[in-house]
Amino acid sequence: MTILVIAEHDNASIKGATLNTVTAAQAIGGDIHVLVAGAGAQGAADAAAKIAGVSKVLLADSAAYGHQLAENLGLLIAELGKGYSHVLAPATTNGKNYLPRAAALLDVAQISEISKVVSADTFERPIYAGNAIATVQSSDSIKVITVRPTAFDAAAATGGSAAVEAVGAAHDAGKSSFVGEELAKSDRPELAGAKIVVSGGRGMGNGDNFKILYSLADKLGAAVGASRAAVDAGFVPNDMQVGQTGKVVAPQLYVAVGISGAIQHLAGMKDSKVIVAINKDEEAPIFSVADYGLVGDLFDAVPAIEKLV
Amino acid sequence: MKVLVAVKRVVDYNVKVRVKADKTGVELANVKMALNPFCEIAVEEAVRLKEKGVATEIVVVTVGATNAQEQLRTALALGADRAILVEADGAEPLAVAKLLKAIADQEQPGLIIVGKQAIDDDNNQTGQMLAALGGYGQGTFASVVKVEGGKAQVTREVDGGLQTVELALPAVVTTDLRLNEPRYASLPNIMKAKKKPLDIKSPADFGVDVSPRLKTLKVEPPAERKAGIKVKTVEELVEKLKNEAKVI
Repeated sequence: MTILVIAEHDNASIKGATLNTVTAAQAIGGDIHVLVAGAGAQGAADAAAKIAGVSKVLLADSAAYGHQLAENLGLLIAELGKGYSHVLAPATTNGKNYLPRAAALLDVAQISEISKVVSADTFERPIYAGNAIATVQSSDSIKVITVRPTAFDAAAATGGSAAVEAVGAAHDAGKSSFVGEELAKSDRPELAGAKIVVSGGRGMGNGDNFKILYSLADKLGAAVGASRAAVDAGFVPNDMQVGQTGKVVAPQLYVAVGISGAIQHLAGMKDSKVIVAINKDEEAPIFSVADYGLVGDLFDAVPAIEKLV
Repeated sequence: MKVLVAVKRVVDYNVKVRVKADKTGVELANVKMALNPFCEIAVEEAVRLKEKGVATEIVVVTVGATNAQEQLRTALALGADRAILVEADGAEPLAVAKLLKAIADQEQPGLIIVGKQAIDDDNNQTGQMLAALGGYGQGTFASVVKVEGGKAQVTREVDGGLQTVELALPAVVTTDLRLNEPRYASLPNIMKAKKKPLDIKSPADFGVDVSPRLKTLKVEPPAERKAGIKVKTVEELVEKLKNEAKVI
């Protein structure tokens, strides 16, 4: 068995979710190749070659792959994927965008967001917003899988010495083009990979009040998240949303501030190791999943916590 | 331009689902069913395109059991013009994508809109697979859609923020939550929807094999979290996080 892992990268470096995906590949067992498809992506390929457990890196370097457009990557992955038993990508927005496209071109099903490898053809994945865990077995010749990064530890980013091999195929489907992007700027750790996450909900009242969370987060080295209510109310940008439709996080510590704890929010954070809830409504559902709950006014509690840590 | 919208009947998003005792699936008997929330957004976007004069006709399709007609009627009441039901219960995304591709070949829509994921299987695959099979461009996780001059400009919600792509038409767009706020169906429109055409087809009509590729061996409830405690003061909370949980 040989497994192809599609790297998440920014052309210069490998993103953390790739390391978790390599660990999932190791759990399946077999040779692990990593595909770095990008434009000017030698740096990312060199970084991929150093990941422990990777035996070969394929570098597809072409302007067509510069912005990870699914139309082009789908063709590339479907062509390369024919030679593998498994094709894995992290369940990031990029992975979710291109991998089903490649699966359909290969005429195989995709198994989305696996949380556990049972065997080479059997996997666990959450369904119904994480309220049930399904164990599924694939009968397809090529298993195409996205991996929930928070469900697997990160592979060591150093220690490997894989060879980098260029692959020539430059596919340009000619169906789409990149127009522009607007990325949220943040000095804090990335939400999906942070060890501590502090999240605010509708109870924050307004966007300005998020300052007290930023201040606490900076003291803890934490990332800041939000519930959908806070995003919809315009308090914070939507890439901060934690939940079924936002990011799924599983940090060591998740602090939910002014968040009631709707099913859709819990879907994104209930695998956190320790959950703290701060809410003035003692009936809020968030307290049913919280390890430590504090019933009280967040505007008193959050600055007080900051002073003590 | 004709717009094709695919919708799905799912358990209402407010229902707290229960896993069956025999672990074969989730209890669906006597549970409230509804239109998948992302599909409502897809229907709404199509209706808005029609109101702007971009779309001329909206065809709504579902692949599901006979009772999925209820959800098609809902979509008709929201503004779709006619509906197609392909009777195939529990079809996987690849099979649904193949059926939608066959329908798109017949209907020749300029734009296809589907939800980004169904809240039951949480797969997030069908739109992308349909785009692959049809050779269309795809604008997934759309928060803004503009159709102009034979092209669609789609702003997508990506991990770090927003990305805008331009797609040749026909194209597939999958809706994210922030694309729009779906309207409610009014009573007169619900009545009128009963008279709108609804065709019933089978997978065989399109020559599509819907046999599953994946076998669900079991479905279990997630591991329960150990009951937590309520602390009285901030001091107690910080002390516990430092010394008991050792996370800060």
